[in-house]
This record gives sequence, structure tokens and C-alpha cells, in this order.
Amino acid sequence: MNYDVVIGLEIHVELLTASKLFCGCSTAFGREPNSNCCPVCLGLPGSLPVFNRRAIELALKAALALNSEVQLQSRFDRKNYFYPDLPKAYQVSQYDQPLARGGYLEVEFEDGIHRVHLERVHLEEEAGKLIHAGDSIIGAGHSLVDYNRAGIPLLEIVTAPELHSGREARYFLEDLRTVLLYSGSSDCKMEEGSLRCDANISLRPKGSRELGTKAEVKNMNSFRSVELALDYEVGRQERVLSEGGKVIQETCHWDEEKKQTIALRSKEGSSDYRYFPEPDLLPLVLESSFIEELSRQLPELPARRRERLQEQYGLEKEEAFLLTANRDLGDFFEEAAKEYPDYRHLAKWVQGDLLYQLRESLKKVDELEPGLLADLLLLLDEGKINRPVAKELLAEMVKTGADPKEMVKDRGLEQISGRDTLLPVVEKVIAENPEAVENYRRGKKKALAFLVGRVMAETQGRADPAELNRILQEKI
Amino acid sequence: MNLYEKTASELSRMLQSREVSAVEVTTSFLERIDQVDPHLKAFITRTAEQALDTAGRIDYFRQQGEQLHPLAGVPVAVKDNISTMDLRTTCASLILKDYIPPFDATVITALKSAGMPILGKTNLDEFAMGSSTENSAFFPTRNPWNLDRVPGGSSGGSAVAVAAGMAPLALGSDTGGSIRQPASLCRVTGLRPTYGRVSRYGLVAFASSLDQIGIISMNALDSALFLNLIAGYDPLDSTSLPGEVPDYTAGLEPGLEKLRVGVIRYGSTEGFDPEVTEMVQKAASLLEKSGANVGEVSLPLTDYGLSAYYLIAPAEASSNLGRYDGVRYGFCAGGDSIEEMFNRTRGKGFGPEVKRRIMIGTYALSAGYYDAYYLKAMKVRTLVRRSYEEAFKKYDLLLGAASPTPAFKLGEKTGDPLQMYLSDVCNITDSLAGVPSLALPGGAHTSGLPLGLQLTAPPLREKLLLQMACFFEKYSEQAPRRPVLDFIEGGSSDEL
Repeated sequence: MNYDVVIGLEIHVELLTASKLFCGCSTAFGREPNSNCCPVCLGLPGSLPVFNRRAIELALKAALALNSEVQLQSRFDRKNYFYPDLPKAYQVSQYDQPLARGGYLEVEFEDGIHRVHLERVHLEEEAGKLIHAGDSIIGAGHSLVDYNRAGIPLLEIVTAPELHSGREARYFLEDLRTVLLYSGSSDCKMEEGSLRCDANISLRPKGSRELGTKAEVKNMNSFRSVELALDYEVGRQERVLSEGGKVIQETCHWDEEKKQTIALRSKEGSSDYRYFPEPDLLPLVLESSFIEELSRQLPELPARRRERLQEQYGLEKEEAFLLTANRDLGDFFEEAAKEYPDYRHLAKWVQGDLLYQLRESLKKVDELEPGLLADLLLLLDEGKINRPVAKELLAEMVKTGADPKEMVKDRGLEQISGRDTLLPVVEKVIAENPEAVENYRRGKKKALAFLVGRVMAETQGRADPAELNRILQEKI
Repeated sequence: MNLYEKTASELSRMLQSREVSAVEVTTSFLERIDQVDPHLKAFITRTAEQALDTAGRIDYFRQQGEQLHPLAGVPVAVKDNISTMDLRTTCASLILKDYIPPFDATVITALKSAGMPILGKTNLDEFAMGSSTENSAFFPTRNPWNLDRVPGGSSGGSAVAVAAGMAPLALGSDTGGSIRQPASLCRVTGLRPTYGRVSRYGLVAFASSLDQIGIISMNALDSALFLNLIAGYDPLDSTSLPGEVPDYTAGLEPGLEKLRVGVIRYGSTEGFDPEVTEMVQKAASLLEKSGANVGEVSLPLTDYGLSAYYLIAPAEASSNLGRYDGVRYGFCAGGDSIEEMFNRTRGKGFGPEVKRRIMIGTYALSAGYYDAYYLKAMKVRTLVRRSYEEAFKKYDLLLGAASPTPAFKLGEKTGDPLQMYLSDVCNITDSLAGVPSLALPGGAHTSGLPLGLQLTAPPLREKLLLQMACFFEKYSEQAPRRPVLDFIEGGSSDEL
């Protein structure tokens, strides 16, 4: 391609508060339309906004986690425009005095780790939701409005135009999500709309410094669709430019079904939002001690933790990545590691069998006692149980939270490794299967596996496989 | 003397001593409304039934020996831009003609918990934009001192209700003089408290940084009594002021010794009636004779203040009034597309003055004009505030006129918005500075129309304003307190 791709993202994240930004209405998702509403979030005449302190705390934690510089004084402004989902015909947002400026996130792309810079982080209120009759926003006969969402606190994060492909955008977003989850600011569920992403994308001839005309892409509802939509848009703009055409500044809608971007409206003569300071709210003035306190409350963030997991536990980079992608999983690992010294072995079980069992039983890792996995692996290492039994017990443990030591004791699952105990069983199996013994002697190695299987069956799977092999080979 | 001629404090005393019942008091005002309001048109909505209901309940509670608020059973009229639950709140606009709020303003909650019967909702200039109550979408209100004259505005309905004995107390709102100017034109007392002293929650916003709920009453003591009830911090209003509320009725007998009074010299007195200037001078000499130190204070920014106000207030209004789009409540004109619905609803729903201010405000906030208009106006506002701070270093109190002229004729200024805007020239800088200000009767013009004085104090010094108003009241007892309403048979009975 003869062009450089320049992408900047504008991410909106719903903060994880119980109530809305300016009133006491619930933020719960999926309630009956227009049931989480009051005079304030409906913008009824005479109603006034009052800050939700928790929203400010969560916004600040997110900003701090993103290395953004929190401003001791910031201000709220009205962004004026008419739209049916906007109850007051203005959105309370922040214009020239945002909550935090700058910041960055270190993201691993295919060619190494990049520092992606942020322009700003600010707090604003969510609009309601339009439901259009028919399938499409274009040409709907009528529309319905649900204001349950109106007034939910929203964090806007704006990146510098430093991303260069759909894949980079996706990687950035995935890492951003992880950091925000660590900070506890948002649940970041793209499918429920608590994390949304719009992208500005433009192409310029390779080597050129001047930015090309950009298009804005909206309605990307998953990480995958961000990648697909942006790659599609890169292709589209490239075609337009290489055919000698011009990219128009416009807003496009990603159509998930058709897998293409569709132009919604031209942005020429762009809207004038007539921003001005919100007179119903006082400027937000923060004490540095308050910011420091919030900073202390932040957990260790994924990037730092990844490094530490590699240093402290001798894990591979991929292992460290996997264990930090979910904060609870990392916590689980580190708790279990206190009682189990073979960290690499533990990591393999956590990211392998444990994750599998959690998915199977629809459980979350924080529901499980880390010490139990440590106990289970100790039983295995001490040779008290064998691997198949360990896997069975893990499944049981995840489902019911049962203690593996007790299960072993109660059910008599302990491994049989004593020669005296195994010998009579082996002799019995040899006597009952002369054909297999004959086959083995003729060189059919598979026959041995058959005989091992028979012994296992006789011992309910508890025989020590190594010891069993030794005795069998000795006897035949 | 009829009950409707009594002041709120007199009624409060009579109710507490059980000389009269709340039902008797309320009935007297309701009958008075029936008698005179068809001519004066102060009320948009009357609520006789609910008022009698409240009064009956208060009488019952009193019989049971319950502790009641001093204003329990004292009726009140409410400007129709203050939200009342289950009672339509129109802002005198077609766009809210049938709007019934599901919640009470904080001040209404206070009135209701004190047990004050609400007589009805009073007329105003649409969305409080105007100085004559002629901008009401329904009908103009007439001045009881002369039916061909305006009562002032925008709280014209509330001022007339009190002046004509239809209510002993009324709530108004003051953005740039909307309580003080009509109070002055109707010969009643109008108090605009410090910005933030009384909660704005439930006051339909015109210009949020200037709007303030206040009181119209017959005298300072009544204002004090009422202010005790409605003043104070409200967690629902982020701009309301924290801090203790004093008992405003205590110690109203003033001592004038060492009081420093600055008489305002306006930047331009063009358009001032000479008798108004004379009235202010007389009041100043009265204060001096009584022991005050009187000086002159010039607020050269008055002229700029007016211009700044007519940019800031419309700018905020253009944003505050965006919500009337026909989607959720109020009037909706329909249409084939959402844009058409917005345009038709707002085109038909708003009156000409409201549209003018929305357009001025939209212009002032637009990209490319913001710095030249809105931002510059905000800078002027800062300078105005500073000039008050300077003035209050030298003086405890400022004295001036509440209106440059007595009441003008209906229709006289409707064709000339700028002339209309100038009728607020005495009031507007106080609003920009956010300081408390009070209009009180200052005497009669040779035409017989009332004139009003205006007192201005530093933030939160409402008590000082009320003390001074009490002082002036003592010297004006000879002037007639109530207008003679010729249209009522035996109208002379209204003369005291």
C-alpha cells in the first residue's frame, strides 16, 4: 500500500456506579424501558443536577490507571444539540477544562511494545437510547426512546492519532479494557454498550506529514468488529484515493451483517455545539490528598504485574499475559502460589484445566478457594493421586467447592503404588488375558496398553501408572 | 377590616391565637380573587379547592393542639414558573400550557409542610422574559393602581396578587429585576435574596446563573417571616449556599448610627423620571437625618451591565429552553420527520420575545462569536462583581431606585424591545453580582402611581435589607397602602 493509515479512537466507558451521574436513579442494565427515570435525568423543567461522588472517584481512578494527569480544577460545560435521546437538548460534558490531560497505555503490537498516547480523559453524561421501528436507522417509520440510560456517568477517553491498523486498534482496546477492569471503574461490556468505540481514520501518502481527510466510524459493537470495520474502511479509502478520488469528511456506520461501512451523514459544515460553562454545577476542585488516596487504592496494573509475574515466578511472557488478562485469575494464581512452590506447574493448571472447568461450569474464578488447587497439586506431586484422578477432582472442586483432600479420603481414591498391593492384581490380569500376553511377546506394543487398562479398571483408576508398568513388563 | 387586607404577620398572629380559622382566612382571599381578578388577571390557575383543603387540615391540626409553623394557614400565591406537583405549571407559555409536573419545587415542599394554602399560580411574562407581564401567552395582567398600566414583570401576577389583596404573600422569581421592578410598580415589597440562599430546585430555568426565587409581600416583617421558611441549603441544588439561616424576624428594629449608605449614581440617567431621582434623594436625606453616614457611590458599569446581562441571560436561556421539543412533555405540533416536529413545535409553542432571546443567545454562543459576545459579557460580569466588592468596602448598604419610571402604559413598549429592556436598568447589576436586593414603596408619583426604592446589601445580608425596609415603612404610613379599585361597587372600602 502506498499510504500510511492514521487512526485515533474515542472511547466511551460507562462507569460502574449504582446510580446515575446527577440523580439517584439506578444504572441497572436491561430494565423495563423508562423505568429508571426521574425529573432530573428526564430533564423536566426546574430539575437540577447534583454530582455523584462515586462517579468522580471512579473516573479519577480510571484516569490515574491510564497515566493521565488529573487536573486539580476542571469544569463542566453544556454541549448543545437537538436529538430525541437527549432530554435537556444539551449534554453535560467537559470542554476546555477536562478532568485529566494526556496519558498513555503500553500495548504490545506485532512489532513490539508501543506507547499509545492519550489526549484527554473527561467525564460526561450518557444519552438515552433510540429504538427505531424496522431494522435500520435509515428510513425508520417511527422511533421509540428509552431514557433508562440517560444520565449514566460516562468516561470519554481520546487517543492521539497513533494507531495504524484495525488490529492495532483492537489490541489497544483489549488492553484498555483490561486496565479499566483492574481499576474497577467499569465492567467494559461491549455487548451491553458499557464500552463503546468510535474511530477517526484517514490515509496519507507514505512519508507525508500532513493528515488526510478523516472519516468517523461508529457502531462497532465488539473488538472483532472494530478490527473488521477499520480494515474495511482502510480498504475503501485506499480505493477512493488510488482511483484519484477524494475522501469526504463524514460519519459512517459499521453494518455488522453486510460487513461494510455505510455513510450516515456528511460532516461538512460540522455542528456547532455552542459549548459554554454549565451554570447549574460548580467547578470541580480536587484536593491533591484525595487524588493520592485514590491512587493508593488502585491495584497493581497489568503491565507492571506482567513483569513481576515473570520475575517473581519465572513464568514465560505468554503465561504472564494470560494470568494478567483477568485480574481475578492473577489474584487466584498468586494466592495459590503461596501454598504451592512449583509455579510453572501451577500456571499450566490455572490456564489449562482450571479455565476449562470454569467455562464448563459457568463459574467465576473468584468463587474458588485458591488453596484447594494448591492442595490438589500437592496430592498429585506426592504421588497420592494420579493425573486422571486429579482432573476429575478439579472438575468436582470447581463445581461444588469440595476439598480434594477430603474427597480422596472419603472415596478411597488414593493411588495404589505398593508392589505388594499391585502384584496380585497384575498376576490376575495376566492369567485372565493370555492372548494379549502372547501378542505382546510377539512384539505388539499396543497389547501392553490393553493390559495396563485392565489393571486400571480393576483398581478403579487408582494404580500408579509408573509402578504398574514396571511390574507388568517384569512379569510378561 | 376584611381579612384579605391584613398582612401575613397579622394573620399569623390571629391564626395562632385562634381569633380566626385558616378556612375563614383562605375563604376571604378566595372571595377577593373572585371579585377582582377578572379585571386584573393576576392568576393563570386558581386552586380554591386545594387551598380550602389545606386550610381545613390546618384548622383540624390546630384543634388537636399540634405544633404548627407560624405561617400555617396563611395563604400564598405562586408564580407559574415554579414547579407544583399535580398542578399545571405553564410558565405562561403555550409550549407548557398543559404541562403537569410530577414533582414539587423545594420551596413548594417547604410551603406545603408549613401548611400554607396555595391559592393559585400567577401570571408572568413567558418563561419570565419581560418587564411588563404582557409577554404572557394567555393574557396581560393589569396594574391595580391604574388598569391601563402594566404591573411590571416578569412576576407581575404575584405583585398584583399581593397589591390587590388577593394574597398576603407570593413567590416570585428574579433574574434581572423580575421581583423588584413589579414590586416597585405595584407598591409592594419585593425581595431578591442572595443567589443561592433559596433553592432553585423546581424553578423553571430561564438563566440559571441569575435566576433566584424571592418574595413579594406587604411589608418587611412578612418577607422576613416567609424567608425564614424558604431560605437554606438544598442538597438538590448544587449552587445553593451552605450555612446557617438566621431568624430574619428577630431584631428588625434598626439602629442607624454609623450605618454607611451609598446612594447610587447611575452611569446614565437618561430615561429616569425626575420624580424618581427626587424620591431617592429624599430617602437619602431621611437616612442622614436619622444618623446614617450617607455618601455617593458610582457604579459606572451599569450601562455595560445591562448589555452583558442581555447576552448572558439569553445565552443561558437558549440552552435551557432547548428541552421543549415536543418529545417528552408539553405541546407537540407533530411533523413528518423529527426535524419538522422540532421546528413546528418550537415555532408554534414559543412567543416572539422568547424566540428573540433564544436567537440572541444562540448567536452569542456560536463558534466565531463566543469570544466577542458571551466571553466578553462574562468578563464584564466579573468587573461588575468587583465594583460591588469595592463599593461594599466603603458602604454597608446601597440605595437607589427600583425602577426608572412609574408603571408605563400597556402596549407602550411592546414594539420596542430595547426600551423594555431598559426598564430593568436599576435591577440588573445586582443580579449579575448575585447580591441580595429589596424593593420597597418609596412614595407616590404626581400621577398617583407608586414609586419604589431599592436597597442592596453584601451577600447574605438580607437581614440588613429587612431592617432598613422596616425603617422606611415607619415614615410612609400616611401614604395609601392599597389601590382603590373603582370597578368594584363601593370601591372606596378598599381605602385604609
